[in-house]
Amino acid sequence: MSGSSPSRAPRDIDHAVVRFAGDSGDGMQLTGTEFTREAAFQGNDLATFPDYPAEIRAPAGTTAGVSGYQIQFAAHEVYSAGDQPDTLVAMNPAALKVHLADLKKGGLLVLNEASFQPADLTRAGWKSNPLTDHSLDGYRLIQVDFDKLVTHACEGLPGLGAKDVQRTKNFFALGLVFWLYSRDTARQEKAIHERFAKKPEIGEANLRAFKAGYFYGETTEAADAPWHIAPARLSPGTYRNVMGSTALALGLVAAAQKSGLRLFFGSYPITPASDILHELAKHRQFGVTTFQAEDEIAAVTASIGAAFGGALGATASSGPGIALKTEALGLALMIELPLVVIDAQRGGPSTGLPTKTEQSDLFQAVYGRNGESPIPVLAARSPADCFEVAFEASRIAIEYRTPVILLSDGAIGNGTEPWKLPRADALPRIDPKLRTDPEGFQPYSRDPETLARPWAVPGTKGLEHRVGGLEKDSLTGNVSYDPLNHEKMTRTRAEKVNRIARTYPKLVPAGDPDGEVGVLSWGGTYGSVTQAVIDARASGIRVGHIHLRHIFPLPLDLPEVLSRYRRILLPELNLGQLRLHVRGQLGIETIGLNKIQGKPFHVAEVRSAIEALARSPGPVTHKELA
Amino acid sequence: MTGKLNLAKKDFVSDQEVRWCPGCADFAILSTVQKVMPELDVPRENIVFVSGIGCSSRFPYYMNTYGMHGIHGRAPAIATGLKMARPELTVFVVTGDGDGLSIGGNHLIHALRRNIDLKILLFDNRIYGLTKGQASPTSELGKRTKSSPYGTVDRPFNPLTIALGAGATFVARSVATDTAHLATVLRRAAQHKGAAFVQIWQNCPVFNDGAFDSWAERDVRDEALIKLEHGKPLLFGKAKDKALRTGAGFSLEVGGTDGAVVHDEMREDLALSMALAALEPPMPQPMGVLRAVSRPTVDALAREQEEEAARKQAPDLEGLLRSGDTWTVEAQA
Repeated sequence: MSGSSPSRAPRDIDHAVVRFAGDSGDGMQLTGTEFTREAAFQGNDLATFPDYPAEIRAPAGTTAGVSGYQIQFAAHEVYSAGDQPDTLVAMNPAALKVHLADLKKGGLLVLNEASFQPADLTRAGWKSNPLTDHSLDGYRLIQVDFDKLVTHACEGLPGLGAKDVQRTKNFFALGLVFWLYSRDTARQEKAIHERFAKKPEIGEANLRAFKAGYFYGETTEAADAPWHIAPARLSPGTYRNVMGSTALALGLVAAAQKSGLRLFFGSYPITPASDILHELAKHRQFGVTTFQAEDEIAAVTASIGAAFGGALGATASSGPGIALKTEALGLALMIELPLVVIDAQRGGPSTGLPTKTEQSDLFQAVYGRNGESPIPVLAARSPADCFEVAFEASRIAIEYRTPVILLSDGAIGNGTEPWKLPRADALPRIDPKLRTDPEGFQPYSRDPETLARPWAVPGTKGLEHRVGGLEKDSLTGNVSYDPLNHEKMTRTRAEKVNRIARTYPKLVPAGDPDGEVGVLSWGGTYGSVTQAVIDARASGIRVGHIHLRHIFPLPLDLPEVLSRYRRILLPELNLGQLRLHVRGQLGIETIGLNKIQGKPFHVAEVRSAIEALARSPGPVTHKELA
Repeated sequence: MTGKLNLAKKDFVSDQEVRWCPGCADFAILSTVQKVMPELDVPRENIVFVSGIGCSSRFPYYMNTYGMHGIHGRAPAIATGLKMARPELTVFVVTGDGDGLSIGGNHLIHALRRNIDLKILLFDNRIYGLTKGQASPTSELGKRTKSSPYGTVDRPFNPLTIALGAGATFVARSVATDTAHLATVLRRAAQHKGAAFVQIWQNCPVFNDGAFDSWAERDVRDEALIKLEHGKPLLFGKAKDKALRTGAGFSLEVGGTDGAVVHDEMREDLALSMALAALEPPMPQPMGVLRAVSRPTVDALAREQEEEAARKQAPDLEGLLRSGDTWTVEAQA
């Protein structure tokens, strides 16, 4: 089949957004992932956004159980998973109900008409049948009986129940979309064989469903397809498509290898951070110890214990779990040992929206502890960026003997994008400078440059000492209640963290280096903001983009860079936490664009805000754009 | 001086002034631990004491070894991370009845079930001392304290049955006033490979004075306590003329020495150790090692997995980064 050519020549387009949606048991995440893999192989740039419910299997056919996976793939650089799908695959009426409003006007709908029975419609909350009541007017439609076609495709296959056959429908959909975008099928056919190697009859059924979907498109010349999207001109190098959680894990392993330390990762299962544990648990040969703890507190305190023993300690969680770890973070900063703490943010407060994304843990990360307790905070901007940020967080933790918080989020952690692989030997070495010399050893003497204290690990003769959460004498580390010593230590801990800002690279705005509007952003809004700035500049607005990796301490050159723009727009998926942080730290007013829906920004939302600010002549005051 | 290393008690005394209240039983425990340490013949730099919060948790400051005074209740978790990262170290946990059984109860039971190779010393004074006298999870029912002026209404934990129930491979009890016995138990705990749990009765002269007098004082202890010895009949009384025997209905009862149950700390099943642990006054209180069985430790198992993985596939960072599906973009001509 890979040799067969479409009857109609594919038409070149430069990008497309496809969303797969179905029940959480329909295999939509797998379908999306497989489509993404092929897009990566074909050299497209891409970004993905998986969106699934907190319930593993909500009642079938209800809107509560709808799981979606969106990909934007293109012949040019891609920064976000796209605002509106060009093609929406809806496996049932519930998926259509949830996602129809997002589909681009005139967009392509792929529907399984077998699933539009009266009972299905009622379960999904449709009052009448959208296939017949003109709800779908204005969209192009591929309406197929998936049930019947997969049944035909699997006819004569031994050892398969009707249920097994129906479970291949997602591969039918995948095959059809492969045809729509003229994707090569050979790799996917091989992948299906490999995936189901232990159950060859199931593999054969899925393969047949996949081919049936592909042939259905080809035979019916569905829509005005097929389309073709050429490889993107990415910068030369070797790439792999990577999930944010995977890249975080690899960043930690790389930092441990480059510092010659063991990696100890303590973790307690929590959405959306657990994948980091899953990834690290595979890499034991690198001296990686993963410890699934009894709770969040044990996860972080075990990592602190390991750091005391000379390992790179790390832990990961999401907002609620980080709250539980808070007291331990105070201990880590008091005893001044390296610790990397990843917060994969999700909708909050409390249990909030476990599977949805948000940026509302900035205050918790920067300000959420008892006492004067400065902890450096970094934020990853995209799945591939997670590697570098995890490496950088580890560097800071090791060199400054401090806990470091790394903010990621659900969309970054689960999302994927092509990652240009660094060469392992080109990664910088991190020198842990373990203390071995007993001569003149004082547990709290400090490096004059970094103010880091010596890291003297058990097993080192002559350096026996005790640490703890009680205030320390500024030299000996013995317990001290002396008032002036406490002030000195409090100021020293703050100064040590402040000095980290000296090691940041210079801030270079993207787009215009000065102008009407500067867009300041952090974390996972990077993609939408980048595209919005590109679009706004194309429409003639003078706008620049400053994206922060370092949230605390803020870059020293940030005030100067911000001063080059008439007004500053600050889009965030919260009520304005970076805005208040920047105001408090720097006394600089910005204008917030705030969204708290558990979803990323659309590019269009950010672009409209830039346009509104560029047009309005009014004074620069704080306000929130509605 | 003891052992090849020629260490002495004084080698384990730190330069810090000990700041427990005068008369505190913790002094006796500290002194006994410092005395036993040289016998282990482990270099000082390979020993770590980890504690939580409370009077007992100040212990690491007074030991001239590595040490960490952690946060409330978390010592078993801190020590677990340390031991898993550095299995070659000898790691002690010092905790109390509030630290170990209340705020840190979860960590304690999980450390025991994992059989992490830690020596956990729980100083049990049945009161919160450092916060000045509130009821603790081992305070007896009805106890009047600052936080329970009408008497507590919640039943206490029995630390020994908790440890056994959590799957501890070594469970023992001693008392600070009998330092010879305490030294024996500490020695055994230190030699045990796996999670060793030792409950040490410890009098708080300020907030719960006399808590153990009715069993542990010299004049009554022969009658009120029963010292366990592996392979020996369970006898007690000044003249060793009383015994624990199997009673009706799956119980232990006091009777004559004929038919005394023979103590077996290595029994696989928990029946005997649990029955001993659960004895309440006026039955004699067991002292010594209730259970000592051998099981693989989590620190050793985890390290074996890592070594096995490294044997199968040498660590290769470049290969790791390049794993999975990769593709190459060539430079444009």
